[in-house]
Order: sequence, then structure tokens, then C-alpha cells
Amino acid sequence: MKFGIVRFPGSCDEVDAQLACSRFGEAELLWHRDSDLRGVDAVIVPGGFSYGDYLRPGAIARFSPVMASVADFARDGGPVLGICNGFQVLCEAGLLPGALLDNAGLKFACRQVEVVVEQTDTPFTRACEAGERLSIPTKHMSGRYYAPDEMLDRLEAGGQVVFRYAEGQNPNGSLRDIAGVSNEAGNVVGLMPHPEHAVDPLLGSADGAKLLAEPVAA
Amino acid sequence: MSPPATAEPRHRQLGLTDAEYELIVEKLGREPNEVELAVFSLMWSEHCAYKHSKKLLRTLPTEGPAVVMGPGENAGAVDVGHGMAVAFKVESHNHPSAVEPFQGAATGVGGILRDVFAIGARPIAILDSLRFGELDSARSRFLLDRAVAGIGHYGNSIGVGTVGGEIYFEGPYEHNCLVNAMCLGIAPQERLTRSAAAGVGNHLVLMGALTGRDGIGGASVLASAELDEDDESKRPSVQIGDPFEEKKLLECCLELLDAGLLESLQDLGAAGLSSSSSEMASKGEVGIDIDVALVPLREADMEPFEVMVSESQERMLCVVAPDRLDAVLALCEKWEVRATAIGSVTESRSLRVLSGGEVVGDMPVEALVDDCPLYDLEPEAPSAPIYPAPVARVAADTEPGELLLALLGSPSLASKRWAFQQYDSLVGSRTARRPEAADAAVLLLRQEGEGGAIAVSIDGNGRRVACAPYAGTVEAVLECAANLACVGAEPLGLTNCLNFGNPEKPHIAWQLTESVRGLADACRAVGAPVVGGNVSLYNEGAEGPIYPTPVVGIVGSLPDPRRAAGIAFAEEGHAIALVGAFAPGLAGSEASKLLGEPLAPLRDVDLEAHVRTLAYVRDAVRSGRLASAHDVAEGGIACALAECCIAGRVGARVEWARARQADPAEARLVLFGEGPGGFIVSGAPEALRELASEAGETPFAMLGEVGGDRLELTASTATLTLPVESLRTAHEQALPRLLQ
Repeated sequence: MKFGIVRFPGSCDEVDAQLACSRFGEAELLWHRDSDLRGVDAVIVPGGFSYGDYLRPGAIARFSPVMASVADFARDGGPVLGICNGFQVLCEAGLLPGALLDNAGLKFACRQVEVVVEQTDTPFTRACEAGERLSIPTKHMSGRYYAPDEMLDRLEAGGQVVFRYAEGQNPNGSLRDIAGVSNEAGNVVGLMPHPEHAVDPLLGSADGAKLLAEPVAA
Repeated sequence: MSPPATAEPRHRQLGLTDAEYELIVEKLGREPNEVELAVFSLMWSEHCAYKHSKKLLRTLPTEGPAVVMGPGENAGAVDVGHGMAVAFKVESHNHPSAVEPFQGAATGVGGILRDVFAIGARPIAILDSLRFGELDSARSRFLLDRAVAGIGHYGNSIGVGTVGGEIYFEGPYEHNCLVNAMCLGIAPQERLTRSAAAGVGNHLVLMGALTGRDGIGGASVLASAELDEDDESKRPSVQIGDPFEEKKLLECCLELLDAGLLESLQDLGAAGLSSSSSEMASKGEVGIDIDVALVPLREADMEPFEVMVSESQERMLCVVAPDRLDAVLALCEKWEVRATAIGSVTESRSLRVLSGGEVVGDMPVEALVDDCPLYDLEPEAPSAPIYPAPVARVAADTEPGELLLALLGSPSLASKRWAFQQYDSLVGSRTARRPEAADAAVLLLRQEGEGGAIAVSIDGNGRRVACAPYAGTVEAVLECAANLACVGAEPLGLTNCLNFGNPEKPHIAWQLTESVRGLADACRAVGAPVVGGNVSLYNEGAEGPIYPTPVVGIVGSLPDPRRAAGIAFAEEGHAIALVGAFAPGLAGSEASKLLGEPLAPLRDVDLEAHVRTLAYVRDAVRSGRLASAHDVAEGGIACALAECCIAGRVGARVEWARARQADPAEARLVLFGEGPGGFIVSGAPEALRELASEAGETPFAMLGEVGGDRLELTASTATLTLPVESLRTAHEQALPRLLQ
């Protein structure tokens, strides 16, 4: 298993993701200017504030050369996981549905939350059981998941809602408590909580390991 | 605004005394021109020259077995083993934060981060010490809200965790808030870099943001003469932080150092290019030429003096050998960091400022850096109280249970979760103890987990220092060391920020002198040499001075982060004990503040006994036999126990038999009295009995046991029973409620 973790200027959690993934396989950083994905088996688009996120989170990063390759990789069914800023980037790139708006409280929210796994038929949740609760930290300024009602209905009906915040733990006002979604094919997944910060009990919890352990394309 | 009348000589407008000006003329052998006057006025300012504090600072202990870089560099550094060093420093950004709290606090964080990566260390943690007026003031609520948001904005965006800190609210900070930011960085020892310029003929390369008119300090007076006839673009503007620019700069600088491409590196802070270049030249015993026409500008029409004193953020200066210049510029291009050769190292021992090749300023480096006159303070203990008594918040006959709830819900003691949740405390994968989980933050040295950990805490208590500057400062150091002991860490080094009023006033000089004497004694006692710091003076206005506020940050190391104790009571049936020579007093306590009692002197501190206790607690934690450890601080034993219960979501039954008589005042003293040296610990009963037998000269008193859902506390004749849920609500809801 070889993970590739994209590194934009302004990425913050790319080394954390690399460390977490290296527990389960090889993991290397992919520079934003390179189009070559170097034969990785799965791509992680990590957290941070790519290009400063001054315009809108993820709005600039989607134009990076590496993202064109990630889009091709995704189209070919390769597993892609967007975490936090990575989720925002994938939404901006059109690889995932919906958008992430500023938190309802307009404040950055760093807290441990429980996330319920709704969809196990993705490369990243196949080790989980439907309804399983994972304790994973969130830390973001713009994590309020938004999509028009009819799109939300379609996502729910199509099994594209992969994670929801457990009842009463929605930290940002996300519609329908959505914490993560997938594309229609299920190989591209994005979530606001940080599984890479939940792989060691000493650092808080190890539940995130289940998402990173073996992302095999369906 | 019309410019000041020209009757006042320029040097006075710039804050230089007549005598200082004459000394400058003597050093130059002529009158300074406008560029030189601007540079001198900043280099000889209190901020850069420490002219009222340098003599005092020389009395601080700065040497210890772990110190690898002491005061004088951008940040100090200590050896943490495993071939690694930890660099750290605290700095104030008080006045900018009072004007514009979001950008003031944000750029305070940005500045201290640069200090740390300037010496080659990767920043891994930020801590903040904040002081505001009481929260019934709308202005204080605004300052708190925006300063916290600004700290979060910068730290979160750049990807450095904010792992700890403290916030206090007191009347004397109403008009002069304090924002002190501390940063820690980690580096392989061989990467530590000094700022001394070296190698005549080497290039001076400016990296990072464009230079604009931001934060042009007193020197802006030079421009203001033309303001009337000219345009508003000459007005100085507030510094705006750009964490993305700094993130690129940080990664770029560390990569340049890893590649061995730099001779030296220095950040640009106060007084911009003037101070960074002259300090590099001074340390390297060389000269520097800078051509301001080569400096990339944000505004085209800047005067040479403006370029030299601009405090635009996110800039670094490095010295590069000619054959490495191309490699340096290429790496900067990779990170999209602007880099420009703006000058060179010379053997002249002068700082020469050129503009398109023409010399517009020529100053001996030694005169700029070393020749500013240092002043002796004229301390005199005040004959009358300096500060009014705090406003009473509770009635004199308040019952102990009510007083406990009032204390837990008072802004200074209340949970700071509201603030900590706005900070990323996890990025970097090192945070083994999160904010409020333990008395000190615990960070892994290696993200992979093996190889030990460091602990860090930042502490200060202005009101207690106002009560007794010497004892209060000793207590601040002990408090910080106690926080480290609770996670099993031994101090390696200390950084401090001395926030005081106007030192030219005898009573402030007395506070400062006494405080530094306490700092020196306490640092020696706990084995924490001072590796760097900052002084912020003149924190006062028409309403009077702030409380004297020395803030200390200590970094320590611990062998096994898994054994670092948290504050939470862990298990029903665990025994609870009070460890240490704790002698509570109500003078200067939070209880006396709520009761509206005037400040009163603190009792003297037996440093030796406390140092023994610190070592004992540290060893007990390291032995892995304690389930929790928490030092007794604000609010006394009652609040410490309540905090352990709240964190563990479990009750406790405690009896403290210290009291001898049925006296309500005595009960209040026992429950809420404060002082250094007390620790609440818990663990399996047999483990605690064992620890008690090993305590030797350190007092060890069994207090009770963990269990139930209420805190039942008997002390003297007072009995107090409160559901943990009520304690928790008071503690956790206070700040969100007050800020609604």
C-alpha cells in the first residue's frame, strides 16, 4: 500500500497524515506543482489553509497541477480522501458534491467529536460497521456542510452521506449533521474531522486508524 | 491632525533626551541626518535597548547544564536529549493589541514564531498569557473576543498548535490589556543557527513580504511634517498579519538551513531592517551595507528612513555566500518566497544605508547596538497603596458553598474552554496532554511516540505581585514549576516577559526591582536558568499602572508521557492526598478579591521546602503510581478539588483536619486560602500509602476518597456539599454566558 499526500503551500496537516498513513504502508508527499502521482495507491488531500485560503477555502488549490492528476486518478476509480481543507478542495474541484461554509458560530472549532459511520461501501470505511461511532477530533473554521435540499435528499438516497456527527455534537451547523460525503462512485470521500489525528491513544484516540488502514479501491 | 509645532526639536519628538542626542552627535562626530536620527531613535528606544531594565536583567541566572543558547539570540534553547534542542521565548504585543486586538494578537504570534525559526527550530507550540479588564466592561469583552480570534487565526493558519496559556481579568488591565505570546520550537542540535553576520563580501538577502509603511513608530514624526502639504499615504498603518506568507517563509527557511545554504539568519521585528541588520553586524563584528533602492516595496515612494524602520511583518534577513546565492534564490522560488539581495557584509563595522548607490546614512554599529546609555532605576517602596481595592462581587457573609460556586464561575478561574476551542491544539501530532486536561501541556519529542517528551506551562499572577512584588514573583515561578511537576517534568530553562508600568516612577521601579530579585532567586532555586525574554514597560495611562505582571514560561522534560498525570480524578475508591508545605493565606486570594478586600502583603516563601516538594511530586508522577496530580492555586484547596472532580466527572469526600477551632474566618482560610507548594494527588489507596511512607520531610496528608456525584468537603467546622454537575455548570458556562 502506498499513500500519496498532497502538499500545497499552506498545508498544515500533511506531515501528520504522512505519519498516520506510514503506520499502514508507505506514505510520501506529493508537491502541488508536480503532476506525477508516482504510482500511489491512494491519495490524501490533507488539512490546512492551502494558499492561505484568503479567497475561499480550497478555491485556489483546485487549480494546482497536482489536482488535475488527482481528478484523473479519481475518475479511474482511485481512492481519494479529503480531510478538512482537503474536503473543501475536493468540493471546490467538483470531485465531491456540496460546499463547506463558515462555521455557524463564526469561530474556529477544535474539539473531539463522535462521528457515526453511515456508509461502509467506500475504500475508507470498509473496516467499519454501519452505525459505528468513532471518536475523532475536528478543527476548522469553515466546516458547515451545505447543499440544496434536493441534493441532500439525493445524497442520502444514493448512500453518499458517509459520516454524520453524533446527535448533539455537530460543531459547525452542518446541514443534516453531515460530517463527510462521497462521490457517486464512492471512491472519493471527504470529511471535516481528522482521522490522521486519531491513530494513537496517547494523542487522544485511535479510532481514525480504521479509516486509513487499508483503502482498497472497490 | 496637524503636525506638532516645529519648536520641539526632532530628537525629542522621537523620544530621545537632549543628553542622548548629544551622545549621538559625539559618536558620529557630527549631527545625524534624518535617516540616522530615525535609526538611532529606534535603536535607542526602550523597546530595543532595554535601557531601564538591562542592568536588572544582568542579575538573572542564565547558565545551566541544559542551556545551549542563552539570552541575546532570537530565542533561547535547551538540550532535551536525543540530539534535540528546544528553542523558546515569550514576547509581548500589548500596545498593538489594545489598539487593534485581532491584528495585534495575530502579529504578536507571528513575531514570536519568527524568533523561533530564526534560530533554526521548527515551531511546535504556542502558549499565550492574556490580561484584560473585568468582563462587565464591553471594551474588555471586545478585546478578549478579538485577541483570542487573532491568536487562533495566525496559529491555526500556519499550522502551529496553541497548547496552553492563561487569561486573567482585573480592573487595572482595563485600559492596558496584555497579550504575551510564547513559542516553542524543536531542532536537531546541529541545525541551531546564530544571527551573527559573517564573511566579508557575503550577500545580505531579504526574504518574505514586501516592505510597506506598517508600524512605522516614532519615526513617523519625521514624515508628519510633510503630511499637511502632501498626501495621506505617508500615515503609518497598523501591522496586518499574513500567516500564509509566514508559513511559506517558515518552510523555506528551514529547508535553506537543512541544505546548509545560510551563514546566518535573523528575523525582522521591532525597528525592522535597522535593528536586524545592526544586530547581525554587531554580533559578527562586521559592517553591513544596505541599499534601500533594492528593497521590494509595497508603496513606491517610500523615503529611505521609512524603508529602514518599517515593521512590515513576515520578513527575514539572511547572510549568504556568493557561490550559494543562486541555490538560495532557487529554493525561495520553490516556496514562492520573495528573496532579494539588498546589501553585503563589509569590514567597516558601520551600518551604511545607501539609496541607489548614494550613501544616505553611515553609523558605527557599536554606537547603535552597545552605546545607548543605560539608566539606573530609582526604586522606592510606595508609602500608600497604588491600587484601589477590587469591586466586591459577593457579600461578606457568603456561605462557603456559594463562595465556591462564585469562584469557579469568576472569569479568571472559570474554564477557558471557550478560548481553547478556538485554537488548533493538535496539529503536529505531538500533543499528549491537551489544554485543561493537565496542569502543563505535554508534547512528544518524536511524533512516532518513542523518545520522551517535553512539558511547558506559562504563568503569572499580577494581583499577587501587586501585593508583594518579591514573593509574588517567586510564587509565579513556583506555580509554573509546580505545573510541570504535576506531569512529571523537570525544568530545563525559563523565559519571561516583564510587563510593568513606567519605570521612571519610583514605585514602579521598586516593583520591577523587587520582582526581578524574586525571579532570580526562584529561578536559581528551581533550577530554571533564564534563556531569554522580553520587557514591556510604560504599561500605564491616566488611570494608573497595570498590576506588575511578570509572566514566566518554563520548559521541562519527562521520560514517559504515558505517565504524565492529568488533573481528573480517575476512579471511585481512589484515595486523595494533599502533598507539600501548603500554608494558605487569604491576602491576595481570589476569595478576597470577590469579597472586595484591599490588596495585602503576602507571606514569605520557604523556597527550599517548596523545591523539595516539587522534586517529590515529580518523582511520584514519574513512578506511575498517581492517577492525578493538580497543584493548589487560585481559589485554594476547595477550587483545586472541584477542578479535579469536574475534569473526572466524579465526586469526592474530603475532610481536612488542619483547623483547630470553630471559626468561620478560619474555615474560609482553610477552604479558599492560597499560597504556593500544595498539590492534590489521587491514586489507588495502597499506592498513596506507599508514597506517604516515602515522603520524608515533605508533608503528606490523606484527605479522603474519590466517589459519588458530589463534592463533600469538611474543613474546620464548615461543611460543603455540592453536586459535581453544579460545579461543572458554574465552571464551564461562565465565560460563554458572560460573553453572550
